[in-house]
Amino acid sequence: MAVLRAKQVTKRFGGLEALRSIDLEVKEHAIQSIIGPNGAGKTTFFNCITGFYNPEEGDILLGDRSITGLSPDRVARLGVARTYQNIRLFKNMTAVENIMVGMEPHMHSNIISSVIRTRAEREEEREALEEALRLLRMMGLAGQGDMLAKNLPYGAQRRLELARALASKPKLLLLDEPTAGMNPKETQEMTDLIRRLRDELGITILLIEHQMRVVMGISELITVLDYGAKIAEGPPSEIQSDPVVIEAYLGRGSYQASVLSH
Amino acid sequence: MSSKTTHIWKKALSNGGIAGALSILISLVGLAEKFGDTNVVKGVVTLGDFFLLLPILLVAYTTLWSNVDVPRPTLVGLSAVTGATAGVMLTLLLALGQLVDLRPMFVNASPALYSQLSRGVVLPLGYLIPPIQGLIAAMISLGIYLLPGRIRSAVIQGILWVVLVGTLRDQILLIELFKTRAISYILKTAIFASSGLSLIGALLLFAIVAGSSYYLAGRKKATTNNLPIQTRKTNRIILLVVIAVALALLPYILGIFYSEILDTTGLFIMMGLGLNIVVGFAGLLDLGYVAFYAIGAYAMGVLTSTGLGLFNLSFWQALPFALLAAWLSGILLGLPVLRMRGDYLAIVTLGFGEIVRLLALSDWLRGVLGGTQGIQSIAQPQIGGFRFNTLQELYYLILLGIALITFIAWRLKDSRLGRSWMAIREDEDVAQAMGINLVITKLLAFSTGALFAGLAGTLGAAKLTSVYPHSMTFIISINVLVLIIIGGMGSIPGVFIGALVLVGLPGLLTEFEDYRLWFYGLVLVFMMLNRPEGLLPEARRKRELHEETSALIAE
Amino acid sequence: MLKRWLQRVTLTDIVVWGIGVVIGGAVVYGTIVTLVTATYSAEQWINLTIDGLKLGGIYALIALGYTLVYGVLRMINFAHSEVFMSGPFTAVFLAKYLHQIGFYNAHPFISLLLVTLLSATVSMVVALLLERIAYRRLRYAPRLVPLITAIGASFFLQYTFRGMYGNDPETYPTLEMLKGKWNFGIISVPKTDVVVIISAFLLMLILYTIVQITKTGKAMRSVSEDKETAALMGIDVDRIIVYTFGLGGASAGVAGVLYALIFQQVHFYMGFIPGLKAFTAAVLGGIGNVVGAWLGGTLLGLIESIGPNLFLSGLGVPAPNQLKDAIAFTILVFILIFRPTGLLGERVSGTKA
Repeated sequence: MAVLRAKQVTKRFGGLEALRSIDLEVKEHAIQSIIGPNGAGKTTFFNCITGFYNPEEGDILLGDRSITGLSPDRVARLGVARTYQNIRLFKNMTAVENIMVGMEPHMHSNIISSVIRTRAEREEEREALEEALRLLRMMGLAGQGDMLAKNLPYGAQRRLELARALASKPKLLLLDEPTAGMNPKETQEMTDLIRRLRDELGITILLIEHQMRVVMGISELITVLDYGAKIAEGPPSEIQSDPVVIEAYLGRGSYQASVLSH
Repeated sequence: MSSKTTHIWKKALSNGGIAGALSILISLVGLAEKFGDTNVVKGVVTLGDFFLLLPILLVAYTTLWSNVDVPRPTLVGLSAVTGATAGVMLTLLLALGQLVDLRPMFVNASPALYSQLSRGVVLPLGYLIPPIQGLIAAMISLGIYLLPGRIRSAVIQGILWVVLVGTLRDQILLIELFKTRAISYILKTAIFASSGLSLIGALLLFAIVAGSSYYLAGRKKATTNNLPIQTRKTNRIILLVVIAVALALLPYILGIFYSEILDTTGLFIMMGLGLNIVVGFAGLLDLGYVAFYAIGAYAMGVLTSTGLGLFNLSFWQALPFALLAAWLSGILLGLPVLRMRGDYLAIVTLGFGEIVRLLALSDWLRGVLGGTQGIQSIAQPQIGGFRFNTLQELYYLILLGIALITFIAWRLKDSRLGRSWMAIREDEDVAQAMGINLVITKLLAFSTGALFAGLAGTLGAAKLTSVYPHSMTFIISINVLVLIIIGGMGSIPGVFIGALVLVGLPGLLTEFEDYRLWFYGLVLVFMMLNRPEGLLPEARRKRELHEETSALIAE
Repeated sequence: MLKRWLQRVTLTDIVVWGIGVVIGGAVVYGTIVTLVTATYSAEQWINLTIDGLKLGGIYALIALGYTLVYGVLRMINFAHSEVFMSGPFTAVFLAKYLHQIGFYNAHPFISLLLVTLLSATVSMVVALLLERIAYRRLRYAPRLVPLITAIGASFFLQYTFRGMYGNDPETYPTLEMLKGKWNFGIISVPKTDVVVIISAFLLMLILYTIVQITKTGKAMRSVSEDKETAALMGIDVDRIIVYTFGLGGASAGVAGVLYALIFQQVHFYMGFIPGLKAFTAAVLGGIGNVVGAWLGGTLLGLIESIGPNLFLSGLGVPAPNQLKDAIAFTILVFILIFRPTGLLGERVSGTKA
């Protein structure tokens, strides 16, 4: 059963084709990766899934329901959560508050009930707070709930963003370069964490990654994009030795190619 | 002399030039001469002197500040240079004024100004006065700079209070409470002079303020935080009760003159709380906010005015409709601007505000809205036979309104909606990606803000029993904006502080009316450059959250 | 494609478009009624058009300041209206002095030149001071901060000038040379109007050339496109920004003299409404776009002059000219809602995510 199915997704910006007829399937409970040189369209693809961009052609299905062209908040409510390449936390809000915003799809109180503090609202707030604290603990951020997000160190911010994404209890988790800027130890911790999320919580995970160590180590399926088109797809063992893929990287003279051949 | 040394002397010189230019500006703008009669400390210094020399004081301070590792004697020299240069520039102005009558262009370049610059000393000896005053001001600055930290802030506070109280002499003596014979006698003979403070009074006040400030700064802050939770909660309740009682008695303690100011400040607090939600919580810069006040006021006018005779409802009957009108207009305004980014949103709302005002002013709608004359004979609230028509009585209604609005704002701040608003403010796209419906959330912000302003409008209309298009100018929107910025965007107590400082204080100082917006402008620029978060920045509910957090972790 | 677009349309879109259509329809209806009932004569229309062109020229010159600054700094220089005011409000004293000594009407060209130079210089200095003192430090601050600073600066400047020069308006002495009208065939146009229209046009031409052809102008455009890259290419970004403010300021100062020629009275508050209208013009044409400023200004001037009589009287609105400003603001609102990139499109690149 596929959690996500992208069919012939095409996205154009004026004359530029950022995505060209992308077909991609993410199986339930899988951990899959999308890789490719810079500018290949990976984040654009994420943006299409989350509804931030509206693809010109093609269709995206979550389960058996089309989510193409739905607004981002509707997509979120259907169970898709994401993190961002360059950490987009709510800087002037505390860690706990950031996470509680993430719980939005499950919250029901409205303006009236908030003002008069009905029993239901108070319950909901209390449970939300507890859940937020639990997530903080899970991410190793216990005790830092009151810190403003902008004051947290880099690694903590990444983990907070992940906690915020998990707060909505998503079916599908999109992670955009979750290990960017991390040292090897942190990278390993994050990799283990991602695996645990899938193993313990049953979340389907699709990630964009540049660190090949991570990609090869954790993915069941890797999709390679270049210039907006899918050039290869397969398990790590295949991708590693795929000449098309290597050329795509080598052709840019990038360091990533050498890592690929590890 | 090394090049570095010449450099700092040149800097001191140029700073003196800047200070001089600023002082000249202050003279030409009229601040120096207009308040030349307002004594702060009689016989010693007037408010005009204070304004005139303030640039020198401040600039000299920055000269000192940027020269940290310079020996004391050099510092004296540097300050002297700055002060004297500034003074020399004023002398030049004085000299120019003797040669040429500058008044056709600079209306304030009058003989009165010149005699103030030379402190009445006959020229040519008078030409020496400005440099001497400049030197003195610079030396005072140096003196303050050289004081150790705690003493310094205590001294500065003392000076500021002396200036404030001296200027407000007349207003302070109007306080009902102070009119009782004994107090009045002491105040008038010993503390105050016929204008401003007496020397004794000034010294006494300075000692009290500086002393207590020094003492309070010394006490370790931790003491309050170390008290057990229960005691702190009880303390807080006691504090609230005391405040409530004080507020209830305020109009009678202060008297009629103050009641007008209290009422106006109260209305601005209500508007500030509303705009605080739109701008502070949700980050939507609305420059046409006054339109909602106007809609509430005009709705009340149209529905209750016996002059217009259209509906003739009572205040309470009309109130829900007026509030509904304001609330709906909030939504109407919000709809088109939902996708706009910051600057454009601001300008569009400004446009809306102006359009509403121009419509209210027009002949076209004169039949309903009264044109330039506005609407008269608006009903005042009545309960049974009792009509709220004095300023003091209306104060209580306004107080009630403030309490209600503050309560709602406070509750919303820590709720799902409040967090959604703040998320939108921080990063709208990500907020949407979290599942927040931007349309509804933004419309809720606009409409709630509009509702609060509308409520203020209805009370404002009842207070004046009339409403004019001139009370809906852009300047009022700016007024409200400035006060929430100064207080701290998003901060509820900040609104109160902002209103006190920017509405209450100027209300007391009616002579300042001409310069009020000048100060606002200056303060806005200053705050944005130096402390954009405001005086009382949004304090996250740290303490309580901290308690709950540690309690839960302990489980 | 259509299906996709339909999916994205929301209730708010429908409501907003609905209101737009209603207003648009009313405008069309009113226009038709006015034209059909021939309420105004051809001569009146021509006069209104000339009015529109002359106002438009002034708006265009002021708009240039907004558009250039927005181009390089992405900020709305709210205080530009005071930059506009400071020039003519200062130069009026020179004019009065020259008039007093008889020089003014004896040597009108030189007098006007001197007055214009002074006005342009003062406005330029005010603009430069603004940049240096209020805006430079806030270049990378979140968007609202510079805007609020600009608002504060605007008030500060207004009241500074009020304090210095007084509360009352000052009147420019009339130039004998420009009294009366010129006749072009059947139409007669006031001399001042002709001077204003031609000067504005010439000046816009000069400014356009500066921005398009000169090295500094090109540098300005590259800073508008991409500040970082421009810096990497060796352009002194600070200097270019100063230059931009200076250019915008000077042209506002000249616009001020033209304004004074028409309206004759200057006072401390005179910048507020023209400033907003010039901003409207800049956005109408496409902010960041020099030609757009010219187009927007002219268009706005024409709509503002002809509009009230064209469609409002057709709708039966009494005293339609009272609502001139309201029309301008409505255009502002409409443009920002329906086509924020303006007629010629924004020359500024800016992507979201």
